[in-house]
Amino acid sequence: MVNRVVTGAHYGLRDWLVQRVTAVVMAFYSVVVVVFLLLQPAFGYDTWAGLFSGNLMRTFSMLFLLSLFYHAWIGMRDIVMDYVKPASIRLTMHVLVILALVLYVIWSVQILWGL
Amino acid sequence: MIINFHAHHSPITLHSPCVGVGLRHSILLAVDEMTMNKIRPKHLALHKIKLPLPGIVSILHRVSGALLFIALPFLLFILDQSLRSIETYTNLTEVLAYPILKLALLGLMWAFLHHFCAGLRYLAIDLHLLSHISAARASSKWVMLVSLSLTIVLGVKVW
Repeated sequence: MVNRVVTGAHYGLRDWLVQRVTAVVMAFYSVVVVVFLLLQPAFGYDTWAGLFSGNLMRTFSMLFLLSLFYHAWIGMRDIVMDYVKPASIRLTMHVLVILALVLYVIWSVQILWGL
Repeated sequence: MIINFHAHHSPITLHSPCVGVGLRHSILLAVDEMTMNKIRPKHLALHKIKLPLPGIVSILHRVSGALLFIALPFLLFILDQSLRSIETYTNLTEVLAYPILKLALLGLMWAFLHHFCAGLRYLAIDLHLLSHISAARASSKWVMLVSLSLTIVLGVKVW
């Protein structure tokens, strides 16, 4: 019997799951939007803006964007962890990615609710 | 699903029997050989590694994901302008008609399509739908084929 010493921060499984749940949300949203666009006989501003005029679609789009940003965080963090060795540059890149994504969340609300 | 393959330190050329679901097998092999001849430090001779197609799909999944992340502010700006008013919408369609921007958007469409298809493949692998080596290998071909051909179809439609 080997007594293995388990180390690490133990966020791996949660992030693995989050990455997949957010992926499914985004895939579903993408298919819905693409099917909607393909069903339009003529496409223009009215159709496009009309799609985002309802609160349901705005909420669904916000859910998509939040999924995207969380997904992007896990992906970018993994890439930085794998390829960037110096701790200072790695930390800086992590912070920049987080700051950008938080700003994108605020921006998304402004876009979708026309602020 | 993405294993830290690209930063793995080992001078071993990975052979085709380890294609399958991809890198797990390769890494197990590499680890075996590492424990046999302990020459340290180990460095990957990247140019000597013949990456199998599932491996190419995997690294392109990273590349496309990183591209999409970098493009996020531009994509959000496009979404903003497309919804703000009929004037900004019209202006946007005129600006995006520039060939260089069209090409950039087409590149991003490829990134999206590849990331989408490869992502579906990883979900299928997680559900053990592609557990046989031939199915796993064939699915990586499909990922490349579908994402590239849809990009070409979009390109033809846009031009």
